[in-house]
Amino acid sequence: MNELRPVGAASRFAPVARNPGTPLTLDWFEDVQVNLSAAERRAASIPARRSVKKNYQAAWLVKALQCIDLTSLAGDDTPGRVQRLCAKAKRPLREDIVKGLGLAAMPTVGAVCVYPAMVAPAVKALEGSSIPVASVATGFPAGLTPLPQRLAEIRYAVEQGAHEIDIVIHRAQVLLQDWAALYDEVAAMREACGEAHMKAILATGDLKTLRNVYKASMVAMQAGADFIKTSTGKEDVNATLPVSLTMVRALRDYGELTGHQIGFKPAGGLKTAKDAMNWLILMKEELGRRWLEPDLFRIGASSMLGDIERQLEHHVTGRYAASSHQPLA
Amino acid sequence: MPSVSDILDTMDYGTAPESSTHAVAWLNEHEAGFGHFINGAFTKPGAKGFDVSNPANGQKLARISLGTAADIDAAVKAARKAFGSWSKLSGHERAKHLYAIARIIQKRERFLSVLETMDNGKPIRESRDIDIPLVARHFYHHAGWAELIADEFPGHQPVGVCGQIIPWNFPLLMLAWKIAPALAAGNTVVLKPAEFTPLTALAFAEICREAGLPPGVVNIVTGDGATGAALVEHAGVDKIAFTGSTEVGRLIRKATAGTGKKLSLELGGKSPFIVHEDADLDAAVEGVVDAIWFNQGQVCCAGSRILVQEGIAPRFLTKLRRRMQSLRVGDPLDKSIDMGAIIDPVQLTRITELVEKGKQEGGTLLQASCELPTAGNWFAPAIFTDVEPSSTVMDVEIFGPVAAVMTFRTPEEAVQIANHTRYGLAATVWSENINVALDTAARVKAGVVWINSTNLFDAAAGFGGYRESGFGREGGREGMSEYLVPSWEAALKPAVAAKAAPLSALPPDSVEASAIDRTAKLYIGGKQARPDSGYSYSVYGAKGKAIGQAGLGNRKDIRNAVEAAAKASGWSSATAHNRAQVLYYIAENLSARAEEFTARLRQMGASAKEAKAEVEASLARIFWYAAQADKYDGRVHNTKSRHVTLAMNEPWGVMGVVCPDEMPLLGFVSLVMPAIAMGNRVVAVPSPRAPLAATDLYQVFDTSDVPGGVVNIVTGERDELAKTLAEHDEVAALWYFGVGVKMVEAASAGNLKATWASAKPRDWLSRTQGQGAEYLRRAVQVKNIWVPYGE
Repeated sequence: MNELRPVGAASRFAPVARNPGTPLTLDWFEDVQVNLSAAERRAASIPARRSVKKNYQAAWLVKALQCIDLTSLAGDDTPGRVQRLCAKAKRPLREDIVKGLGLAAMPTVGAVCVYPAMVAPAVKALEGSSIPVASVATGFPAGLTPLPQRLAEIRYAVEQGAHEIDIVIHRAQVLLQDWAALYDEVAAMREACGEAHMKAILATGDLKTLRNVYKASMVAMQAGADFIKTSTGKEDVNATLPVSLTMVRALRDYGELTGHQIGFKPAGGLKTAKDAMNWLILMKEELGRRWLEPDLFRIGASSMLGDIERQLEHHVTGRYAASSHQPLA
Repeated sequence: MPSVSDILDTMDYGTAPESSTHAVAWLNEHEAGFGHFINGAFTKPGAKGFDVSNPANGQKLARISLGTAADIDAAVKAARKAFGSWSKLSGHERAKHLYAIARIIQKRERFLSVLETMDNGKPIRESRDIDIPLVARHFYHHAGWAELIADEFPGHQPVGVCGQIIPWNFPLLMLAWKIAPALAAGNTVVLKPAEFTPLTALAFAEICREAGLPPGVVNIVTGDGATGAALVEHAGVDKIAFTGSTEVGRLIRKATAGTGKKLSLELGGKSPFIVHEDADLDAAVEGVVDAIWFNQGQVCCAGSRILVQEGIAPRFLTKLRRRMQSLRVGDPLDKSIDMGAIIDPVQLTRITELVEKGKQEGGTLLQASCELPTAGNWFAPAIFTDVEPSSTVMDVEIFGPVAAVMTFRTPEEAVQIANHTRYGLAATVWSENINVALDTAARVKAGVVWINSTNLFDAAAGFGGYRESGFGREGGREGMSEYLVPSWEAALKPAVAAKAAPLSALPPDSVEASAIDRTAKLYIGGKQARPDSGYSYSVYGAKGKAIGQAGLGNRKDIRNAVEAAAKASGWSSATAHNRAQVLYYIAENLSARAEEFTARLRQMGASAKEAKAEVEASLARIFWYAAQADKYDGRVHNTKSRHVTLAMNEPWGVMGVVCPDEMPLLGFVSLVMPAIAMGNRVVAVPSPRAPLAATDLYQVFDTSDVPGGVVNIVTGERDELAKTLAEHDEVAALWYFGVGVKMVEAASAGNLKATWASAKPRDWLSRTQGQGAEYLRRAVQVKNIWVPYGE
């Protein structure tokens, strides 16, 4: 049961080449138009136009689970707490449920996401699994510490063994439309990441307008982001479907212009199995089947896994599940 | 079913069928067939009947009775009987009935959605999320109008028995659009649902019974075109409301001509969908999905002519093609389906034939490569490129999931192409620039304009078309007017059609002495023009002597006058203040000549007192319409949150005004002034017996800064000229006061112009009868512009 499929490399697909970025190209986004009401209408229709039931629903929930960046970003995180999180990451479902679903192996989550100081215990706890450790960095969540410190933080996390770095952008650069500054900083961060994959958190709740969201997405990708991510979870508005729609359309446009495949990670506020389904449908509808694999799609969440477990238990047993029956993270 | 592991690999959606258990149980209960709903009870299934089937699989759903003329007669009689007490109920009592209907519909939402989808073939997502919620909303909204009727429409009463004929594309929603306002206003109805889709109407009949609606208030007779024709022709019907094809609309216009039946028509369209270069292209692409792939494209207001600015066309088309490929077509009861089945093999054949024609004419068809079910009627989503305005598929309403795409260079050209159609139902405009968006919305000829959105509907907004897309509005305040008439009209008596001798160009026997001979010519384009015939006719005074000559106008004079009026389009875009000033100036100059006009009226037989009163009333009336010019505004409807829905009053353009014989000056002023105050240009035909009061106005107009072509006057035989006006396709509306109502209404069917025709002389001196909001309402058409906003 512990045979693990390597994460992020679904056998049926060619691996995703890293995004080398492009020079800052204002033409690709400066005149962009994003209509809020239209984005809201489309976002509202996504869960209404698709419904996934029975075995399909179970499979889609397992897929969601495989795409979760199981996250703990709290001030009271300790090595012990992180170890528990990692144990859950490795065995997110009870064995009877896995068996009931007819899966050949225990599925695992996409990654474990922690603060830099918790990378080392996470790496240790996940040793032997192929689950990557992601670390937030660059003065998370506000990103307003001096650039050298922010870059040093990235290098520290990478040295500690992080495979993925979730950086935050400097929101003022978007609000002031200072694209060159934003580009330079994100490019420097990408350089600091080295081999580690970089997810650029746009903190869309701070950017407010969808045009800002699109522009920031495009600059982050031009600067070499492997993933673009909505939120830190600390802004007053987290991931929403209209914001996500705007970001996936930006990465689709970037893909058409450069041929590079960029990943997407909604984070913050996604708590239920229904949320997971909505975002999976969004990915499939706007980007296609390829974007339903953890190398191009992640969900930043901490409590969602519990709800998915309960839904899957219900699928297997036909009885509604109690949360106390699922092992704690 | 594939295993979880397999699905993890394919990540297919699978199927998510909505259960049809309850709908099937209901159909089984009625296995013996459905009767009509007449006088609060279902009749026994008729001897003659027909089957309705599920468009998605061809399977029979139910046996339906074929309504005969006798069934229609029974239903109309029941409605007439019920009208007496129903119309006398207080608004509050009627509101309670409508509220009960709304509540029950809400409780039955899922059942009605499933039944609608089975009967019509539309995706359950649409019936569940759009059709049925709008049905409930419509009844709630109109429960409100019932409550407010006495306050909001004082001096009005219901029309009577309304015959309503609805199409198959939104069966229950169209029923709601028809029945809710009719009942709210106090009418009773006989409704004939479409032959293909009668089931939700029959379910609605049960709801009426459950809600305790008094018998006869709502009657439903199922059947085919002949059943509908029997309803249209029934003498006991006071109003016909029809939604359907322009072709049938025209037949109904002819059939009801001269019967006194009030008429509203909501007909076909070939609506433009304009994408400017500064649009949110992804949003506009999604708009196309909602425009032409909504309800399989079987939507009268579907954005079927996609006009894209040339520079962005390649990118837009790339996005559109990709989006089209991701549409899922199939079992409409599947919750993951975007497009369902075409209503009937007949419609599928029509779509296929038009598409073939489009290809033969050189168009390139791009069609989604989705898999289609084998049973049932299916057509994959498609777009045509390489088409021109002259292409059939750019011109003819396909009523299927096929849009035609062409490019334009400038916003100016977009409007030009958009308006190059006989229709005028709806238009969609995509632009993030408020100037471009509102300018396009203002200039496009359509009853509904959606900015950065498409196919939005709400009970509080008016819906209906310009041009050959029909007349009348449904929804909101505008729609209520269609089901009400001024109370005083009931007492009017038809004029006795006196056999009048034809106008004669021969010399008169005796002439009343006058200082200098004055012969009135015609007044066209701000100039006096000789009649094309080269003849004048003698006008006789009360004493039987000729008091002057007037031009004997003919159809060519009408043609010239209409041309002059069409050219004077600057009047329609002038400010209302400017128009008011001109009207005041007319009054000022008429006042200066008051004695002359009084004398003229006396010549025609008015007493000194009467003549003075008529001139004074005319002056007051001109002032009244001058005052209204900048005050009869539109409204902002309360529809959805963060939307401004503007109901703008727009002039028709060129109007024909055929004046009554009584009150030769005041009658003319009472009709021409509201028309021009609202920005129309008018071709007026004065009373043929007493044209001189009108022709004397030439000099008043000349001195009052009335731009040439705004008021054109053609004298001559009234009905001959009226017929030419009625048949003229450039004339958008026609007012006619005379005995030839039937001829005028029938002749107006050509371009389905809105007519206001009455053979019942009214008291023009009365401020209630001779002036008022009704004149203004009939002088404009309402354009509803939807403007969603937000950043």
